[in-house]
Amino acid sequence: MKARSTNAIEVLKRLVQLLLVVIGATFLLSLLLRLLPVGLKELYVTGLFEEDRQRQIKELGLDRNAFSYYFHWLWDFVRGDFGRIVLPGGGGESVSSHVGRALPKTLQLVFYTQIFALAVAIPLGIFSAYRAGRRTDRFVSYGLFTAASVPNFVLGLLLALIVGVKLEWLPPLGYVPISESFVDHVRGMVLPVLALGIPLIASYTRLLRTDVIATLREDFVTMAVAKGLSDRRILFTHVLRPSSVTLLTSAALNMGALIGGSLVIERVFSIPGLGTEIGLAIFGRQYFALQAYVALVAIGYVVFNSVIDVLVGFVDPRTRERRSA
Amino acid sequence: MNSILSIKNLEVGFDTPRGLLQAVRGVDVEVPGASSMGIVGESGSGKTVMCRAAMGLLRGSNVRRSGSVVFDGDEIGSLDSADVRQYFGTGMAMIFQDPMTALNPVRRIGSQLAESLVIRLGMNKKDARARAAELLGLVRIPDPEATLRKFPGQLSGGMRQRVVIATAIACKPKLLFADEPTTALDVTVQAQILELLSDLRRDLDMAMMLVTHDLGVVANHTDYVTVLYAGLVVEQAPTRKLFASMKMPYTEALLKSIPRLDQPSGGRMPMIGGRLPDPTNPEPGCPFAPRCPYVQDRCRKEVPPLTVAPDGHAYRCFYPIGGNA
Repeated sequence: MKARSTNAIEVLKRLVQLLLVVIGATFLLSLLLRLLPVGLKELYVTGLFEEDRQRQIKELGLDRNAFSYYFHWLWDFVRGDFGRIVLPGGGGESVSSHVGRALPKTLQLVFYTQIFALAVAIPLGIFSAYRAGRRTDRFVSYGLFTAASVPNFVLGLLLALIVGVKLEWLPPLGYVPISESFVDHVRGMVLPVLALGIPLIASYTRLLRTDVIATLREDFVTMAVAKGLSDRRILFTHVLRPSSVTLLTSAALNMGALIGGSLVIERVFSIPGLGTEIGLAIFGRQYFALQAYVALVAIGYVVFNSVIDVLVGFVDPRTRERRSA
Repeated sequence: MNSILSIKNLEVGFDTPRGLLQAVRGVDVEVPGASSMGIVGESGSGKTVMCRAAMGLLRGSNVRRSGSVVFDGDEIGSLDSADVRQYFGTGMAMIFQDPMTALNPVRRIGSQLAESLVIRLGMNKKDARARAAELLGLVRIPDPEATLRKFPGQLSGGMRQRVVIATAIACKPKLLFADEPTTALDVTVQAQILELLSDLRRDLDMAMMLVTHDLGVVANHTDYVTVLYAGLVVEQAPTRKLFASMKMPYTEALLKSIPRLDQPSGGRMPMIGGRLPDPTNPEPGCPFAPRCPYVQDRCRKEVPPLTVAPDGHAYRCFYPIGGNA
C-alpha cells in the first residue's frame, strides 16, 4: 500500500515538473518573438489608416506586455486555437488545420525511423560487443562510422537518385496516407526512413556496444555461463536489459532532433509534414505559426523523454532505487 | 579412490603488454568424489584463475591454457566454451566471491533461479517456480515466496549469497566450486554460510572445491588441502595431516598470520613480509625464497620439486619443517 501511494506521488510530481518545463519553454519562445530584430508591428501591421492599424495591433495582441501576451497565447493554445496564418489583407487559414495535416506525417516518419534504427542497432550493437576487437566488430564499426559521417540530406538525395530515379525500385518522393494505400504508404516511407535512420543506427550501435562490453565483464554474466546457458540466451536475457539505459535515453533525446532534422528530409522527399511547415513558416515570416509549431515540438520532446524515463525505471530497477535514494 | 575432478599439469597464462603473465604454473589437483578440497593461498596466488580455468570459464583471446582436466571421467580441458557448458549446472556449479555482483540486478530472483531449472532440466515454468521456492527454503531464506519476487538490490549480502548458492545447487551438481564464498560478507554471516555449505554438501552428496585465504575455514570445512603460491602447488595433504605436521614454511607463515584472540593484544598483527614474485618475470629458485625465514642458498638457485611422502603428503621444499618424511 505504502509503495503504491509513493508511486502516485512520484507520478504527480513528474506531471507537475513536465508542466513547468513546457510553460518555461513556451514562455521563452514567446519572449523571443518580441526580441526579433524586425518588429512584429512593422511586419504584420499593414493598415494605412490609424484606426485600421490600431485594430490590427489589437487583433494580434501586440498591444499587451510580454506576460499578458503570453498568457493569452497560452489560453488560446490550450484550447487548440493556434492562431492564423497572417496574410497582408487579413484572414488566412488557421494554424491548427495546418498542424492537423502535417503533424501525423511527421510523427509517422519519426516513429518509423526510431523503430527501424533500434531494430537494426540492437542486434548489431550486441553482436559487435560480443565480438569486440575481432574482424566482424571492426568491420561493423568502420562501416557505421562511414555511414554516420554522411549528412542525412546527402544520404537522402543519393538514395532518391539511385534507388528512386535510376533503379526505379521505390518512389523518389511523395507521401501516400495509409488510408489510401498501405503498400504505397510503406513504399514512400522507405527512403526517408533510411536517410534519417542510418546515421542514427551508427550512434545507437556504438552506445549499445560500449555498454554491452561493460556488462559482459560483470560477474553475473560469468554466473550465467556457469549455469550452463547459451551465449545467445545470455546476451538477450541477461546482458541487453542492464545495458540499454544509455540507448533508451539517447533515443528519447533524439526525438527532438529527429523532428527538427526531418525538416530537411521532408523537403528532399516532398513530405508535407511539420518540418516542411516549420520551413515555410520561417521563410514566410509566419512567426505566430512558428511559435505554435515549436511549442508542439517542445511538448513532444518533453513527453517522449518522460515516457522513456518511466520506461527506464522498468528496464533497470537500479535506476529507480538511485532516484528514490 | 574415484576422483570427481582430476587436474593434471594445468598451466594458465595471460598475454599482456608486458609479456606472458604466468598465473598458474603446472598444478595437479585430485578431488575424490563427494569430498571437500580446500584451495588456500594469498591474493594473487592463482586460486581463482585455477578454478575458473578448470571449469573452462576463462575466455578471451589473451588466455593461454594447457593441461588436462578430467571431470567425472570426461576430459573437459580441451573443450571450447560452448561445449563445456553441458557440464555446468548439472555437473559443475560455481559460487562467486561477491554476491553483490553475481546476481543480475535487473531481473527478479525467481526468474534467475527458475531459469536454470527450465533450461538445464527442462522443467515447465510452474514446476520450476515451485522448485525455486523449495531451493530458497533449502538455503534457509525466510519467506521464499516473497523473495522470489524481489530484485537482488532488495536483499542483504548474506541473503544474496544464499540465493547464489541456491542457484548453484539448483540442478544438483556433483561438484561445487566455491570461490571465496564468504570474503565479502560480515563475520557473523560467514560462519552461517560455511555451515550451510557443509550441510548441503552432506545432504546432496556433492564434492566441493573451496577457495579461501583463511586456513581456519579450511580446518573446519575441508577433507583435503592444496596450498598455492605464485601459481604453484607448494603443499598438498589431507586436512588433518596438514594441520598435524606442516612441511612448507609458507603454510606455517599463513597459519601464523591468523590473528588470535588468546594472545595479548596491542602487539603488531602477524604478517608475511614481502610480496608475491612478479608473475610476468619469475626469478629462478623457489618463489617463496625471498620471504622465507628458513631460506638457504640452494633455494635461491633452483625451484624445489614437489616431493610426495609415502603417506600422500606433498610439499615443495628442500628443507621442510620437521625434516623430510
